[in-house]
Amino acid sequence: MQDVTLNRRRFLQGSGGLLLGTLIFGSGPIALLAPSRSWAMEMNTLSSDVAAKLLLVIRRVYPHDRMEDAVYAFAVKALDERASTDPSVLPLLDKGLSDLDRLAGGNWTSLDETRQVALLEEIQHSDFFILLRSTSVNSLYSNELAYQHFGYEGASFSKGGYLMRGFNDLKWLPAAPAEASPSAFS
Amino acid sequence: MTTYSFDDDSVVVIIGSGAGGGTLANELCQKGIPVVLLEAGERQSSATFINDEWPSFQQLSWGDTRTTSGTWQIARDFPNLPAWICKTVGGTTTHWAGASIRLQDHEFRARQTYGDVKGASLLDWPLTLTELEPYYARAEDKMGVTRTNDIPGLPGNNNFQVMYNGAMKLGYKHCSTGRMAINSRARAGRAQCMQLGFCFQGCKMGAKWSTLYTEIPAAEATGKLELRTQAHAVRIEHDAKGRASAVVYADAKGELHRQKGRIIAIAGNAIETPRLLLSSSSTLFPHGLANGSGMVGKHYMRHTTGSVFAEFSDPVHFYRGTIMAGLISDEVHFNPDRGFVGGYEMETVSLGPSFMAAFFNPGAWGKDFTRVMDNYTHLAGMWIVGEDMPRESNRITLSNDTKDRLGIPVANVHYDDHPNDIAMREHAFKQGSAVYEAVGALKTHRVPPYPSTHNLGTCRMSLKEADGVCNKHGQCHEVPNLFISDGSQFTTSGAENPTLTIVSLAIRQADYIAESLKTKAA
Repeated sequence: MQDVTLNRRRFLQGSGGLLLGTLIFGSGPIALLAPSRSWAMEMNTLSSDVAAKLLLVIRRVYPHDRMEDAVYAFAVKALDERASTDPSVLPLLDKGLSDLDRLAGGNWTSLDETRQVALLEEIQHSDFFILLRSTSVNSLYSNELAYQHFGYEGASFSKGGYLMRGFNDLKWLPAAPAEASPSAFS
Repeated sequence: MTTYSFDDDSVVVIIGSGAGGGTLANELCQKGIPVVLLEAGERQSSATFINDEWPSFQQLSWGDTRTTSGTWQIARDFPNLPAWICKTVGGTTTHWAGASIRLQDHEFRARQTYGDVKGASLLDWPLTLTELEPYYARAEDKMGVTRTNDIPGLPGNNNFQVMYNGAMKLGYKHCSTGRMAINSRARAGRAQCMQLGFCFQGCKMGAKWSTLYTEIPAAEATGKLELRTQAHAVRIEHDAKGRASAVVYADAKGELHRQKGRIIAIAGNAIETPRLLLSSSSTLFPHGLANGSGMVGKHYMRHTTGSVFAEFSDPVHFYRGTIMAGLISDEVHFNPDRGFVGGYEMETVSLGPSFMAAFFNPGAWGKDFTRVMDNYTHLAGMWIVGEDMPRESNRITLSNDTKDRLGIPVANVHYDDHPNDIAMREHAFKQGSAVYEAVGALKTHRVPPYPSTHNLGTCRMSLKEADGVCNKHGQCHEVPNLFISDGSQFTTSGAENPTLTIVSLAIRQADYIAESLKTKAA
């Protein structure tokens, strides 16, 4: 998470909004690490409204029922970064969201989940969807909060690797014999 | 620090510092031969390597645009990233997983053994296993390959344990942690593997062999090596007699320099090596340097691959420990009763959530995809690597419309799967799934090939000049002081991970070059 107050100057300069949320799963792996239940992600280019809508679209594209919005916010942030460096991105995102509303006959976000997904299927070959999907897949699953969510322990060098931390702790199958899998120590 | 002048034409110029070029450089320097080593990428170290998949990918990979064509799935999934190889000192030896297996005797005689396979241009290597064996032995010692030279095998991780039990239930006999160029004990000034689980990201222990921290510093210590980083070769020049005379390269700012040389060796991987030759056409060599046979860029091979991932009800945590923790070798032999020629290995593989999401089923979204991700800690995985068929039409060409930052056409990589490749992949997917089903997999998944890490055959060795680009020493048929020093030399792919063979060929080539310099044969 980025600290909003520390970057006030840039915040005031940029035209972007804020993505705000609250952790839902009080005893989940992320809440246990977080200093507080509420979180914020600063946007450089995207407005708060567009950012919030994109977050919901990404949640429907990559649905993990027990994943915090705070993790999805990283994918929104990645789209924000794309929009900040490539001027063609913001119009594409705006158009994609308005196309969804048009297909919904009003407000896509107010539809039920099944209907929302059905409309996403209709536009899955559009430039908007492809950009959103390909950007999200490389950011949603590549941050410390996602690693916590999936139970991935991540960077290991600073912890001495896994040699003494369970690299061969599997107990539900018999251990392979020494000729196939020798001990690490003579 | 040793430096040579641009006009010093007594040096050997080597392009590329990976398994082939880095090894060749050190072997020549050890013999007192002056070497200028050009590397397109920057120099990293164990200290700067990153234990995080995408940031590491950005740090090490060859991300320059390439284009693709053909029916292979890569052209659809990763149209501008056909290969997953590196642009950094040490080349792809920073990224490789360490599997170090010798090619089998019959694989050097693929044409003779497999017969005339329709739609393939199989050829026997002009080299036999017996000839290469002493060099394999030297390579294994140099690289510290486990289960050779009295080095114990590595301990298997959880991912291996699942593979091993499945293999035994299925009746396979040959499953172990195999031969890996990863220190199971401290050796040659490098640490013991601590099972970090980041072999692909550059080994922060230095336990996995890489030319970055073995061959290259050893060569530097001789005072004979000058390594130039961010030096991207763009053209090889020749003299009036048709002998290679200089390499033109761009530095980090894009400024061009010309390094003269007595001998030039190319080890830019099987995509960039032919691209460089094709880009070096001249009046004397109108179709590209050393391309009188028309074979430069043809017979691109990338191994028949794919992965099988399996979900279990109990945890595996397959990301803990070495990526290629072990292998099953029962399917690697020649047995045409299976409906294809050549064989394949099954080797464990694991991916972090970042790469899992990107490569599990490229383009997939929705609940079927996320359900597997939610089961991340309960996955086991294996990678299939098998012999693919050389075909003239599978080839590297210069792009007609896409150019790099220097205005040079990028490489287009064209690949169509041969029916033999498809039959082998199908067989391997079935057997891989059966391994996991034998130990209670809830569900198995066939995962399509990743961008290619094994890129081979585009300047192949041949006995006859018309059949290939170089002879059994990697010496170009047409240009005797020009050498091919990477996997481009491979006449056929074999089933085995190629690095050990590339290193062995480089050691052998160094002996040949040193002898040629004495006798002026090159």
